[in-house]
Amino acid sequence: MSKLISSSVPRREFLCATGMAAMASFIPRMSFAYAQTDARFVFIILRGALDGLAAVAPYGDGNYQRVRGALALPAPGATNGALKLDGLFALNPALKNLHAYYQAKELLVLHAVASPYRERSHFDGQDLLENGTTAPHGSLDGWLNRALLSMPAASKQSTEQLAVAFAQNLPLVLRGEQKVGSWAPSKLPDTDDDTLQRIAALYSSDEYFLSRLQTAVSTDAIASEGASEGGMNMTGNMNAVGQGQRNNSLAPVVTAAGKMLKQDDGPRIAVMEASGWDTHANQGAEQGQLFTRLEGLDKAIDTLRVAMGDVWKNTVVMVATEFGRTVASNGTRGTDHGTATCAFLVGGAVNGGKVIADWPGLASSNLYQGRDLQPTLDLRSVFKGVLATHMGVSESVLENKVFANSQAAKPMLELVRKVSAS
Amino acid sequence: MPGSTEAVIAANRFGLGARPGELQNIQADPRGWLKTQVQGVRALPEVLKALPSSPQLFQEQVQALRERREAQQAAASAGDASKPTATVRRRVIQEAYLAQVAARYQMAVRSNESFRERLVHFWTNHFAVSMDKIVVAAIAGTLENEAIRPNLHLSFFDLLLAADSHPAMILYLDNQASMGPNSQLAQWVKRRASQSEAGQRRKVDINENLAREILELHTLGVNGGYTQADVTAFARVLTGWSVGGGQGLANVARLANAARLERGEPGEFVFREALHEPGAQTLLGKHYDESGISQPRAVLKDLAGHPSTARFIATKLARHFIADEPPAAAVARIAKVFLDSDGHLPTVHAAVVDCAEAWTPAQSKFKTPHEFVVSTLRALDYLPDRPAQVLQPFELLGQRPYSPGSPAGWDDIAGRWDGSDALMKRIEWATQVAQRVSERKSPLQLAELSLGDVLSEHTRMAISGAADAAQGITLWLVSPEFQRR
Repeated sequence: MSKLISSSVPRREFLCATGMAAMASFIPRMSFAYAQTDARFVFIILRGALDGLAAVAPYGDGNYQRVRGALALPAPGATNGALKLDGLFALNPALKNLHAYYQAKELLVLHAVASPYRERSHFDGQDLLENGTTAPHGSLDGWLNRALLSMPAASKQSTEQLAVAFAQNLPLVLRGEQKVGSWAPSKLPDTDDDTLQRIAALYSSDEYFLSRLQTAVSTDAIASEGASEGGMNMTGNMNAVGQGQRNNSLAPVVTAAGKMLKQDDGPRIAVMEASGWDTHANQGAEQGQLFTRLEGLDKAIDTLRVAMGDVWKNTVVMVATEFGRTVASNGTRGTDHGTATCAFLVGGAVNGGKVIADWPGLASSNLYQGRDLQPTLDLRSVFKGVLATHMGVSESVLENKVFANSQAAKPMLELVRKVSAS
Repeated sequence: MPGSTEAVIAANRFGLGARPGELQNIQADPRGWLKTQVQGVRALPEVLKALPSSPQLFQEQVQALRERREAQQAAASAGDASKPTATVRRRVIQEAYLAQVAARYQMAVRSNESFRERLVHFWTNHFAVSMDKIVVAAIAGTLENEAIRPNLHLSFFDLLLAADSHPAMILYLDNQASMGPNSQLAQWVKRRASQSEAGQRRKVDINENLAREILELHTLGVNGGYTQADVTAFARVLTGWSVGGGQGLANVARLANAARLERGEPGEFVFREALHEPGAQTLLGKHYDESGISQPRAVLKDLAGHPSTARFIATKLARHFIADEPPAAAVARIAKVFLDSDGHLPTVHAAVVDCAEAWTPAQSKFKTPHEFVVSTLRALDYLPDRPAQVLQPFELLGQRPYSPGSPAGWDDIAGRWDGSDALMKRIEWATQVAQRVSERKSPLQLAELSLGDVLSEHTRMAISGAADAAQGITLWLVSPEFQRR
């Protein structure tokens, strides 16, 4: 068999156009759901435990300067000062775009938040953040995958590609019964379609590989549509991805993600991850290591916004991390593992311009175990609120399937504006 | 046809993948072949001996940084405001890294003792150090040859001590400047505090990172029964557990010229008495009143022999060699051997070979990207000439050597690497490598030499029907039998 088609033709069109017998089982029944919702949800996981007091400084807390010492940010108005949100809170000066969103009422800041996890292991903390239960390894699948099963978009059509992880592999939050694709830029040339068809035939008796291959092909198809629409080369400038099991930075994927999310028949949900937040030493304050990281995050979110174009108005981006860090610095100008931290909701659909925090205070008597920011808001309340009001997941599904045993964490129903059908 | 199922399991599940002819060579006694490999000492092969040691690399970097600083000063005094780039250090790192990678995969691809090589990889991953942290980037790869390989014939305690006192580990987990709040240095700083503002700003305290990860990742495991108080106490025990040469210690050293801070040999382990928290500590209910370095050694000794450690290590070994969700009976057996043998590694490794559960014909482990690349190179007996080419597939498939990105190392559960995109990237790389090597190769013969009896009729047919040799090789490499072990 000769090579049948040039690689410039989107693979999905090719697959659908050819009626070969070997293909019958290979063509995804439904590549991307023509979702019934216009809402977009992006979940950005910051791995390594972001210091919430560095990202969002409670400069108005009378104890702030004292307990943070060299880690304290200069007050709003000072040189390199924190960016004022209200009388109590200000953003790290690295977060300039986020500050502009705040002023445009497209940023909600949540503070003193934590998942139900109260120990200090990154790996268990991340597991619990993503599995949606109250115990590490309490579930082998993720809460967002369980939510996908019952989203309105899923009721009539396959949800196969309602969500995409922008990485080679699925983070736990997207793993589970519902098939979900992953996508990362590639520096390798495409495998020709004849070989792919033969591989599909080879996998015909092995569902594990076959289903992954089908998903990969349909995700590639939507990615190449995004590329041709946007006139960008999806395989270019993306060499950072894949250099670690976890992506160090969001920069290589945000443009591609934005363009895929923008499409009518594209995914509605995206998950991305960035590591490098574990600042045990030389963390810095208004400049330095963490400042640079935050700057990258801020820029990545703005790049995503630009790439998403019009659909930004229907978008909620949630940024969360597994836990916070110690209030005081340690002996190496950094911070050790802590408890509560901050989280962000950004996007055109966010009911923003506010900080939501039942502020516990930084006096030593107010700290969790005498060392960490005391959690006063359960992250699950935020997740549940966004899923209920933005993605249309029913409350009973949220309570029974997505976040079992979370009655104490009531969904927050005022985080999001109503998304208008386009 | 050579390649009984037992030989295939020995070569592919325990080993790093059959090289051409290997199944034939081992099939008389696959278990004996494995057990010989876990016994005894192995001299470091020339290819590894030729690599620069961690102190050498450490000094090269210090030298590179000094040269850059001098260049900067010269440029500044000449009125040149342009910022010099950070390339000098990058060059040291890049050269060191590529040499380490080339040597590591020469071993992995050519070795006739690939079970032992797999164990080396397993333990390096257990004591993971990630080169994405710049201070350890050049030396991350040295831990394997300096701490893991020389201790595989000894006990887990020896391995633990070697790995956790290796400069790469200490720097990676930030212990080099962790200071006791009542240490000599702290006393000195306090006396100075009244005299200088810098003294007041300088906070003398512990850093918990290494202590926590030793408990969570190297010994007891996260559910091993320790508390935050144990972490903090252990961090105090570990104060002074440091690296010579002032790396990461510039601030301390400046402050403490008068504090008789041990300088140590650059890039080598040093115990800095002046940073050590004096007095007894209580950890896991036990009182440690040793002084100086005897205290951390005593704690590490107890941790190495703790039943939680035995269970944690046994679980990881069983997960690696049997299944993602390892059978409880196998875990219990390995843990018992661990405790009974006082953590004697050859005995523990042999116990894994003795697990009947590891010999079931069903291939329960989906190869990691790393295992897939290594087994491919072994099966093809192919090692690119240029180190950068050796490195490339690991990067493309998401498992850059010595860069797991976290002290937990690479996960051993398929969910972490079985995304749809990851599979497509394997297919793309297999296509590329097949095109590179296909000349004068018979795909079906290669498949038989690597998979023996495990090669299915279905896959055999697919390979036989391929349009050309390159496509046949691609189909073999991406086949379920080759993707699993």
